[in-house]
Amino acid sequence: MNLYLWSIPLLPLTGAAINGLFGRRFSNKLVATVALFFTAASFGMAICAASRLLGSNMLSIIELHGTWFRAGTLTVEYGFLLDHLSLVMMLVVTGVGFLIHVYSVAYMSHEGGYYRYFCYLNLFMFFMLTLVLANNYLLMFVGWEGVGLASYLLIGFFFVKDSAANAGKKAFITNRVGDFGFLIALFLLIQHFGSVQYHNVFARISQMPVEAHAGLLTAIGLLMLVGACGKSAQIPLYVWLPDAMEGPTPVSALIHAATMVTAGVYMVCRSNAVFSRAPIALLAVAIIGALTAFFAATIGITQTDIKRVLAYSTVSQLGYMFMAAGVAAYSAAIFHLMTHAFFKALLFLAAGSVIHGIGGEQDMRKMGGLRKYMPITFWTMLIATIAISGIPPLAGFYSKDEILWQAFSSPHGHWIFWLIGAVTAFMTSFYMFRLIFMTFTGDYRGAHGEAQVGHAAHTDTAHGQVADKEHAAHTHAVPMDAHGHGDPHESPWLMLAPLCLLAALSICGGWIGIGGRFERFLEPVMRPPQVETAARFDTSVLANDQQRRMIAMMQAAQSDEAGQMPTAGEAKHENEHAKGTEEALMFISVVIAFAGLGLAYLLYVKRRDLPAKIATSLNGLYTTVLNKYYVDEIYGAAVIQPIIRFSTSALWKGVDVGLIDGTVNGSAHATQDASQVLRQQQSGSIRSYAAWVAAGAGFVVLYMIWTGIR
Amino acid sequence: MIPLNYYLVLSAILFACGVVGFLIKRNIITIFMSIELMLNAVNLSFVAFATARGVLSGHIFVFFVMVVAAAEAAVGLAIIISVFRTRETLNVDRVNLLKL
Repeated sequence: MNLYLWSIPLLPLTGAAINGLFGRRFSNKLVATVALFFTAASFGMAICAASRLLGSNMLSIIELHGTWFRAGTLTVEYGFLLDHLSLVMMLVVTGVGFLIHVYSVAYMSHEGGYYRYFCYLNLFMFFMLTLVLANNYLLMFVGWEGVGLASYLLIGFFFVKDSAANAGKKAFITNRVGDFGFLIALFLLIQHFGSVQYHNVFARISQMPVEAHAGLLTAIGLLMLVGACGKSAQIPLYVWLPDAMEGPTPVSALIHAATMVTAGVYMVCRSNAVFSRAPIALLAVAIIGALTAFFAATIGITQTDIKRVLAYSTVSQLGYMFMAAGVAAYSAAIFHLMTHAFFKALLFLAAGSVIHGIGGEQDMRKMGGLRKYMPITFWTMLIATIAISGIPPLAGFYSKDEILWQAFSSPHGHWIFWLIGAVTAFMTSFYMFRLIFMTFTGDYRGAHGEAQVGHAAHTDTAHGQVADKEHAAHTHAVPMDAHGHGDPHESPWLMLAPLCLLAALSICGGWIGIGGRFERFLEPVMRPPQVETAARFDTSVLANDQQRRMIAMMQAAQSDEAGQMPTAGEAKHENEHAKGTEEALMFISVVIAFAGLGLAYLLYVKRRDLPAKIATSLNGLYTTVLNKYYVDEIYGAAVIQPIIRFSTSALWKGVDVGLIDGTVNGSAHATQDASQVLRQQQSGSIRSYAAWVAAGAGFVVLYMIWTGIR
Repeated sequence: MIPLNYYLVLSAILFACGVVGFLIKRNIITIFMSIELMLNAVNLSFVAFATARGVLSGHIFVFFVMVVAAAEAAVGLAIIISVFRTRETLNVDRVNLLKL
């Protein structure tokens, strides 16, 4: 069975290449067509591959396309792996990614650099799909790095604006810090397992005795966690993500929902064989996740920029996923990743629609009452908000409830994790409904009429003047009055259609998890690896060498049940007991979600004077949180400034100017000085030449005499 | 019979005189004569060795050297005359156009 998995990442790359190389001469329509066609084709291939995999009785498929390189005993192949985990990721990335592409066609239509934008967007899809579909860590790392690159390009899309360029750099450099950890984890894997292929590594790990190598696996797990923290914006490397809002809003949706930030969660879940054997690393994952979830939610409460609220909400939700992965509930993490992709993409796109509709304003204090101007945006965003707040029966409820339950009940869990998760859920519900109430209810607080005429380009923050040089003319060609901003207005249908689709997914997306179906679906990937599986992997490796084209691993579905054998009687009793607890916790989390809603309603609809009063009464705390706990400032003082100072004084003025330039210039000076002395010899005086000849001859004679004596 | 060493010492002394003359004199004619002196010092060594060893090749060499020296004298004197004509001096320190 050949699924042509390679085509899924390569199709967006083709689109990126066409738009990147020739897009400058294309019309906007053609650029959009190319970008959409290749993304849609990739989505189509993904659906096709997914349905064929699910239709067969195979659990995973590996397609190999030759050797990438060989170094010593290490052989790395171009290989793609499709199993239930990468299937979910692949569909989320291509599906949500495609919707964001559609949305971007309308959203970016007034911006310069149209072709550049879609080239980067497609490139992003390519790298993310490589990351997700790779069958070895090294290829994953290629995607991992590529995603960082593409995010840099997209966040810094309005590169003329200083803050955007800086945000891009910040994202890239922060990610590099994490990549460093991931890279060392890779080296450790290669050193100790001699392979980077998932199944080889996991088979080797499962064959190792439980006690042995605990330190090694813990080290690998912690280093991977560092990498995941960078990519998935966890404490302490989350700082880049809120700043990533400088990019165009659809980019935020793509980075925050479908692609980049999920890479870390995906990597942790993919490496569950490592983490399951390293309890300390697992605990670290859970703690970091819980802290991040709580911490980011508190910041989210105070922010007034609509996109920043969503950014911190993303960080917080990613914290949930990490917490789930940290209590070994990997499938719950992936489940939340999926539902989060739906409603967070929707939230960002709806926020983009709001920003678009009122001419580039992002401050929620200047919005309000937009419900009557843009009803569809309002309703879809409301759906997403209900979903993220965890109110049944929308998607977020199922995944979040699963995480909370697992945090409480899992053998790796603890009630503290549950408590943090529950408090965070309350805050999530609160700040999300605060956003809704501030944006859509009450009276419009922004400027009406001609005050905003001239916002020719609806941009995120007044980068109307920002445009590619080559597109400057084009941008100016857009008639100013065609889109001059009078009253807020609803966005075009090209933007609303993705919103509606995502809203439908946000409603229904959680239903596939009812009754633990999603967990069972992912079980073949997440199951603790057994020796028996390892043996099967080995045979497949042998077959690889014989025919390197395609390997399909047949795994009888019945063998799933071999893993756990419930002991009849007391297990049932336990189950019933657990069921009761689970229902109680579920009830609590629903109550919490409604409490958040109620509080937000009270503060931002009923008693609008209260928030200011609360803020003043908690003055110190409020300013601290409003300034994001001064984390950026602390990093600046503790890390960035010392590095800059060290680089300036030691590396720049010491090593570069002193050592390197000094060596080069010094050798030049030395040559010149020596030449100054030597040029005196060419005096033109025959007698001095003759004297030298005579001296030379004398020397030769003396030398011969001396050798003759000896 | 006069021992070989005497000839060789005389030859060395003559050669040294030639070198010293070459180095310390400024007049081109004198320098030219010093060169001839060195050549003839070498000729003397050749002849002395040839006689001592009873072979003819040394003598023949001397004839060759004499021929070359004669030719050289002709060319050299011609150069000297032309130098004198153009620069009106025979002082080598003034004839330093090849200087950097």
